[in-house]
Amino acid sequence: MTVGLVVVSHSERAAEGIVEIAAEMAGETRIEAVGGDGQGGIGTVPDDIGEALAAVAGEAAGGAEADEPPADGVVVLVDLGSAVMNAEVAIELSDVDAVIADAPVLEGAVNAAVAATDPSATLESVREQAEAAAEISKV
Amino acid sequence: MSGEREVTEEGEAVVAAVAAVAERIEAEREHLTDLDSAIGDADHGGNMARGWAKAADAASDLEDPDPETVAKTVGKTLMSEVGGASGPLFGGSLVFAAAELDGGITAETAVAFAETYLEKVQDRGDARIGDATMVDALTPAVHTFKKSIEVDDLPPLEALAKAVDAAGRGVAFTVPVRARKGRASYLGWRSVGHQDPGATSTLFILEEVLAVSADRLDREVPDADATSPTIPDDAEAEEGR
Repeated sequence: MTVGLVVVSHSERAAEGIVEIAAEMAGETRIEAVGGDGQGGIGTVPDDIGEALAAVAGEAAGGAEADEPPADGVVVLVDLGSAVMNAEVAIELSDVDAVIADAPVLEGAVNAAVAATDPSATLESVREQAEAAAEISKV
Repeated sequence: MSGEREVTEEGEAVVAAVAAVAERIEAEREHLTDLDSAIGDADHGGNMARGWAKAADAASDLEDPDPETVAKTVGKTLMSEVGGASGPLFGGSLVFAAAELDGGITAETAVAFAETYLEKVQDRGDARIGDATMVDALTPAVHTFKKSIEVDDLPPLEALAKAVDAAGRGVAFTVPVRARKGRASYLGWRSVGHQDPGATSTLFILEEVLAVSADRLDREVPDADATSPTIPDDAEAEEGR
């Protein structure tokens, strides 16, 4: 199955930066960045997350200009607190098959990007790899 | 089964309730912010006031509103306008519970709505009774409402009045307990002695829903005591015998 990624951060720029890093390893995987309160401030908005899910799954109206194939399932990486709740709401309201990875957002996104390039990748395998990032030791 | 006109009337009642909530939250903005600044990030008053003002506008813009559509519209607006965890908790839960009002408001659908709303708040926030959150106000309110309707067979307005009294007791309960969810939980024992802002705003919302319900029924808000199994008037009448 084709698995895509959505990176949710309280800061739109943080989300975009994380996607920039993860995309280096992502091959043909679709990755969307989403964040901010929609008014230029810090926060997350369920509707925006829902649109990102749809874009990765190729359901967005007019948003399918990407060359990468649409995803059958989406692993969602989140940063803090209400980003988790808003991602949950967005997933419940969306038709897209999506799961949240309980992972550090940057390391998880990079791991998930690599895992998603595996031809035998599944929603579960990509989520597992993202969650394995919680055990990365840095020093 | 309600006719189309009744459903629109009910929808208009919900719109009026939302307007009353928006006005109340605006009036309590400083109060909520003070509560939140003691244990959180001092944004609850401003966030809720902004969100409910926009929700009231969105609700009043609806043509031929039915209760489900009003609740869903308000929920969606809160979801996108109220920052932090309050957006998904107040707004997201409302969006899901709204479906229970499909076809109108009866004692039965109101109980189903309340139960679904509570369930969503509990799941989303992963909070239980005693964590010093809005769940402490909401759970006794919903339980009291359900029991008042289903067991005590009280009229809906009396049931709602008892639910509001129960919510008030729940808010008071958040003061002496240690917060275990949300930002207040970072304070550990220092959160003891502070009233939870989310529980407080939940009570304000319920109080306004009660006031508007009474107004629409052309009744006074009934006195109610959630610790009494029947409405006080009956109890007094009983004693007088």
